Amino acid sequence: MRAINEVRVEFPSHSGNEAFARSCAACFAAQLDPTLEELGDLKTAVSEAVTNAIVHAYPDKLGTVGLKLRVLEGGVLEVTVRDRGVGIPDVARAMEPMFTTGGDERSGMGFSIMESFTDGLRVRSAPGRGTTVVMLKRLSRREES
Amino acid sequence: MRITGSCSGGELKLRFSGELDHHSAREAMDAVSERIDALLPRRLTLDLSGLGFMDSSGVALLLRTEKKMRELDGRLVVTEVPAQSLRVLRAAGADKRLTIRE
Repeated sequence: MRAINEVRVEFPSHSGNEAFARSCAACFAAQLDPTLEELGDLKTAVSEAVTNAIVHAYPDKLGTVGLKLRVLEGGVLEVTVRDRGVGIPDVARAMEPMFTTGGDERSGMGFSIMESFTDGLRVRSAPGRGTTVVMLKRLSRREES
Repeated sequence: MRITGSCSGGELKLRFSGELDHHSAREAMDAVSERIDALLPRRLTLDLSGLGFMDSSGVALLLRTEKKMRELDGRLVVTEVPAQSLRVLRAAGADKRLTIRE
């Protein structure tokens, strides 16, 4: 699908950048005039994807996390979160609710929340090469809602 | 994340304000645990009205706090949950495992 507008940012996998990433996505989405609920859902989904990259992709070192945001035709926002970290050996298992390798500090609900709060989720991963999460979010202009 | 609170008659009341994510959750959990361990309240009320954002890291914190209170024969009550936080709790199914009051 053709992109009407696009922005790419990269940042080191410091946990403090989770807030930056979700705020960045919300600022970019503002051009589509979304509702507060849609903005909240978008920020939550981005926060989950970026936190996964920070916690799981680079467990022992800092790495780079890429965030690509594209406005597609029809008021759809595409969010891509990419890392070059350790990868996920079994994506289907990692996406099961309550599955986590992060101990009791993690809820294991990150992918479930990403799925609930977006209109499409794709995860590609290769061990040793990294993970790419692509989410689609349809944003209704406020006057239409 | 900022946590303020008071304790009287066996009830500890804590109010969260700011953003509760993976970055802030560990420090917040430590702060909550320290107060529970020091005061051993029978009831802990967490007022979330000041939360501007919460993700699944916040869900994990609330579930760990609920478990900790239960192990001490106490009870956790979560109040004043903002709309975005409530959507996250519901999506994670945690609203059924927590006592949430308006």
